Amino acid sequence: MSSIAHDPTHGHEHDHHAHHPSGVMRWITTTNHKDIGSLYLWFSFIMFLAGGVMALTIRAELFQPGLQIVQPEFFNQLTTMHGLVMVFGAIMPAFVGFANWQIPLMIGAPDMAFARMNNWSFWLLPVAAILLMGSFLAPGGASAAGWTLYAPLSVQMGMGMDMLIFAVHIMGASSIMGAINIVTTILNMRAPGMTLMKMPLFCWTWLITAYLLIAVMPVLAGAVTMLLTDRHFGTSFFNAAGGGDPVLYQHVFWFFGHPEVYIMILPAFGIVSQIIPTFSRKPLFGYASMVYATSSIAILSFIVWAHHMFTTGMPAAGQLFFMYATMLIAVPTGVKVFNWVATMWKGSMTFETPMLFAVGFIFVFTMGGFTGLICAITPIDIQIQDTYYVVAHFHYVLVAGSLFAIFAGTYYWLPKWTGHMYDEGLGRLHFWASIIFFNITFFPMHFLGLAGMPRRIPDYALQFADFNAIATVGAFGFGLSQLIFLAAVLKCVKGGQRRPQRSGTVRTDSSGPCPRQRPTIPSKLHRLSSKRCWLTGGPPWTGDQTSAPR
Amino acid sequence: MTGNRKMLIKLTVVAIGMFGFGFALVPFYDKICEVSGINNLLRADAVTNTQVDLARSVTIEFDANTHAMPWRFRPLESSIAVHPGQLTTVTYEVMNTLDRPVSGQAIPSYGPRNAAQYFRKLECFCFSKQTLAAGERRRMPVTFVVDSALPSDVGTITLSYTFFEVEGAVDRAAGSAVAQGGRS
Ligand code: HEM
Ligand SMILES: [Cu+2]
Repeated sequence: MSSIAHDPTHGHEHDHHAHHPSGVMRWITTTNHKDIGSLYLWFSFIMFLAGGVMALTIRAELFQPGLQIVQPEFFNQLTTMHGLVMVFGAIMPAFVGFANWQIPLMIGAPDMAFARMNNWSFWLLPVAAILLMGSFLAPGGASAAGWTLYAPLSVQMGMGMDMLIFAVHIMGASSIMGAINIVTTILNMRAPGMTLMKMPLFCWTWLITAYLLIAVMPVLAGAVTMLLTDRHFGTSFFNAAGGGDPVLYQHVFWFFGHPEVYIMILPAFGIVSQIIPTFSRKPLFGYASMVYATSSIAILSFIVWAHHMFTTGMPAAGQLFFMYATMLIAVPTGVKVFNWVATMWKGSMTFETPMLFAVGFIFVFTMGGFTGLICAITPIDIQIQDTYYVVAHFHYVLVAGSLFAIFAGTYYWLPKWTGHMYDEGLGRLHFWASIIFFNITFFPMHFLGLAGMPRRIPDYALQFADFNAIATVGAFGFGLSQLIFLAAVLKCVKGGQRRPQRSGTVRTDSSGPCPRQRPTIPSKLHRLSSKRCWLTGGPPWTGDQTSAPR
Repeated sequence: MTGNRKMLIKLTVVAIGMFGFGFALVPFYDKICEVSGINNLLRADAVTNTQVDLARSVTIEFDANTHAMPWRFRPLESSIAVHPGQLTTVTYEVMNTLDRPVSGQAIPSYGPRNAAQYFRKLECFCFSKQTLAAGERRRMPVTFVVDSALPSDVGTITLSYTFFEVEGAVDRAAGSAVAQGGRS
């Protein structure tokens, strides 16, 4: 046990792995939060590409009505795996990667609290990914029950479903370990003077996200465990023939599922809340209200799950309750959007790539929030449930929300991580290509959904042909645009311009003098603690040297 | 760092507790369904048809004719009262008096004539040709609903069937149509 707890006395020597194995072994055995952060981010990017290939196959099939490229069975496997790979493989690990890199730097901790467990939580992920991807090769193929794995379909699927269930268990364990690590790091390892209410907002959003993870990942593990025992050990949790109830599965799943969508967006809120003040050259407007809004979103997210189930035959009182509770969440979310806009208000803004993505995030994510509100209205949702309208909604919040925030954060902190400036031209090209193709892909889906096109189908009626063709063109454009991102990141990692030292145009310390050093030295932080300091979360090209990469 | 270890244990306990909570949702869900009386899988649903217009009732008279055919054809009830929207089944009886198989087709008609569009037959022997073996007697159901949009001045609907012989059908279909019997 003692080996798990990181000994802080060695902490200030950040390169304490310098004399450790090199090559592959360095990455397998690493306990350095920066190495692990990079591993998470690269893993996430690879999964993003894998999920993207699946998405493009789906879109290619949907380019025209009729069956051209894949069989319906395989199509259903693709939609299922696309969802799972993106949620558990791409978005969530990317945010954990950010947490690993940034949280210790931001709060002045030498490393994560449990450095060895940190290594474990990462290395579980490739195992889960191999199981997940390998399930395509299982007899009967991968699970085709949809990413929500609804019973009774998921009780009936072949072996691919069992592999999937184990993969979910492993990814769940990884997330829980990661979350425990983050909570402990934030609560126990802040530099003296770094009170909770002085933490950069990214740390706050991750603290709350980590609590959500600890609360709901085990519930998902329970749900899939029940599926497993229903499949193989004769229980009847969800099997109506044995006295179970398939609708129960939906309740258990969405008790996890709704907080899960906030797990995927709160860290994005955190990243955006770091970037907007920097490039507006103003401190974040309403810091405390941001913290409270994040907390209330997290708490409310536990009482809205049945808005995914309005068509399951709930009593009217239940529908009303879940409708109003869901709409209530829009209030704290609105507070956040208001605060970001107020931060930009009369700021001297510049639009480097991170800011472009952050502002793009605010625009497009807010559209997704509005369609969410429309879905929350029970009588409307009864019409649009399981149509492309819902697909449009959640891609607006997840792609333009979570993913754009991940891009924003990557461009924002890449110079800090690599010591080099990224290529601004490539970054801007990536942004504009992404946001334009994103909208070409997903905006028409609103119309398709309103016109009644069901989701998760390989073929569709003729009247949906035009919008589907447009969406497919957009999707391929969006997919290819991500290669620009890869190019920009590789170029930056390989070298390129040194990051500017104390650039005159972009400074973090507009809210007051900030330490040039990472605040691991308490006295320095102390001196400055009266003014909230954004430096550790701020743009790296201001001359902070101590976090230079190894 | 014992503080960290304490935290680790506390959070692990929470995580394990939430795993249990997932399972606790099962009896909790059953209890809620039982208390609120929804979704009780062990009790058959009491189905109520909300489309039945109980405030109104319509008399349906049944009539049966044959057109130059050696069949005896009659409804078991000559008239009943139904509510619009109410699913009803009545039975006709037909008998072949000859000593050879005969095929016939029944054609319905309605009085008043504009009632036809409100009289929805879901099942009827008139949907297909009937072939009766020599001396065979058969009971045949008619299932119908009277649309609640039936104009209010219509209080009685007469449903009248006439059987016509389908010449030559028996020879062509040979014995199989006879053996098949009833409706197809
Ligand atoms: C104002 C905020 C939001 C509201 C009111 C809202 C409301 C809803 C509602 C009512 C549905 C169910 C639609 C249906 O299935 O008929 C839904 C689906 C969904 N939402 Fe949201 N939502 C909001 C924000 C978000 C965010 C921030 C995310 C994630 C980042 C998200 C992700 C999803 C996903 C993934 C689904 C679809 C799940 C599925 O059926 O596969 N939503 N939302
Ligand atoms: Cu939800």
